[in-house]
Amino acid sequence: MNLDIFAIRPEVTPQADVAAPTKLAVRHLDFYYGRFHALKDNNLEIAERRVTAFIGPSGCGKSTLLRTLNRMYSLYPGQRAVGEIVFNSRNILEAGVDLNMLRAKIGMVFQKPTPFPMSIYDNIAFGVRLYESLSPREMDERVEWALTKAAMWDEAKNKLKQSGMALSGGQQQRLCIARAVAVKPEVLLLDEPTSALDPISTAKIEELISELKSDYTIAIVTHNMQQAARVSDYTAYMYLGELIEFGATDELFLKPRRKETEDYITGRFG
Amino acid sequence: MRSNYSRRLFANRFNLFMSLLTMAFGLAFLFWILFTLFAAGFHALSIDLFTQMTPPPGSKGGLLNAIIGSLLMAVMGTALGTPIGILAGIYLAEYGSRGWLAPSTRFINDILLSAPSIVIGLFIYEIYVFQVGHFSAWAGAFALALIVIPVVIRTTENMLRLVPDSLREAAVALGTPQWKMIVMVTLRSVRAGVITGVLLAVARISGETAPLLFTSLNNQFWTTDLNAPMANLPVVIFQFAMSPYNDWQELAWAGALLITLAVLVLNIMARVLFRQPAPK
Repeated sequence: MNLDIFAIRPEVTPQADVAAPTKLAVRHLDFYYGRFHALKDNNLEIAERRVTAFIGPSGCGKSTLLRTLNRMYSLYPGQRAVGEIVFNSRNILEAGVDLNMLRAKIGMVFQKPTPFPMSIYDNIAFGVRLYESLSPREMDERVEWALTKAAMWDEAKNKLKQSGMALSGGQQQRLCIARAVAVKPEVLLLDEPTSALDPISTAKIEELISELKSDYTIAIVTHNMQQAARVSDYTAYMYLGELIEFGATDELFLKPRRKETEDYITGRFG
Repeated sequence: MRSNYSRRLFANRFNLFMSLLTMAFGLAFLFWILFTLFAAGFHALSIDLFTQMTPPPGSKGGLLNAIIGSLLMAVMGTALGTPIGILAGIYLAEYGSRGWLAPSTRFINDILLSAPSIVIGLFIYEIYVFQVGHFSAWAGAFALALIVIPVVIRTTENMLRLVPDSLREAAVALGTPQWKMIVMVTLRSVRAGVITGVLLAVARISGETAPLLFTSLNNQFWTTDLNAPMANLPVVIFQFAMSPYNDWQELAWAGALLITLAVLVLNIMARVLFRQPAPK
């Protein structure tokens, strides 16, 4: 694994990325926790079948931004978003959007692994059963497919009936990724998916992200700049709720346009 | 520095000693109660206790009708109260984040939780027994259900509140409708705690006397007619213990021992059978 953050990966050149169509367009997005103004006029476009990383210091709003993309914030009274997020030519911030359908299309994996209190098999079948009625054989195939996608099949195939809670942290997180992938969403949101994991599990999940990219649009929040440099095609640097700089990852890390970005990625920023 | 250390050491020992002493003080009474019960009730335990009806003074008998009556009313009260309690607990924990209904319900439930059980007995007497004109097992079951409900509401809500929001978010993130998320994920993850709450409610009602005194009263004979007064252990104990007859008093001791053992077993079951697996 190449740990050099300035390595240019030859397979994805910035020029090639320009061709990727936009999957999610964020326009003039403001976000409020009660009276606290957490996101200020954010504008960015998330490209289809690419990995977009959100980086920045704690409290900069990167997780908040991610949580607007599937309306997760709507669970909590007092949190609201103003502006536009266009997904499949519809503004998902409008009233009347079917949130369950939206979240079935825009999946999410969280910082801490959150297996459901049921077997490994049922953890994955749970989401699939919500929107599809598969025969038992099709369901078996889907579970195998999802676990294979999440690089979990070999470890899990002999204990599908065991509780998902009994797995190790890294396995639980890959189970959560398999669960999110199993419903075949169009977009995957990853909220610091490796921050609770050891380096080996982290490496596995990063490899996984690179593989999933061929089928899914991925947005990832990470505290770890090296990780952003390793896995993403585009990077957004955020600070105090503002989007400071957004562009191709290689460019942003090699020749940042803004002084603040440069200070942060070179570690001069506390 | 050295004197500071020895002072801390002394304070530590002193506090440890005092807490051990108070613990021993509390436990001593508990064991005293158990010991008295065994001493007075143990020799009255016999096969007759479980096969004979409550006798008139001066003749031999058992507690069969009272045991069955207690079991029947406890089961009915639990069956009536548990679904209401669980559903209301779910409402408070999962839906009650906005509005005034949940806080007021919680407040009223807290009052109900600490309401003297005799008040509940009088209430059922007034709205049911008085209206139909006679004591009955139904009335007893209603009164017991009213005691079960607040206990189950409280434990269900508290258990569900222990579920981290991250688990709810994880279910919601798959596009799960809220009711499905509650049934399949959050309620499921606290199943053991909720069942424990129900068992503790059963333990609580199995010793209640006051609500039954005004509702099911007592019956010297065997009956399974739910519309008739029904014998039950607490009221039989109350009546027999107050009587001047030796054989009745002995039966009262035996009944008290039976209830205590049943409650003990329920509590141990609640702890052992549904013990959460140790967190990893």
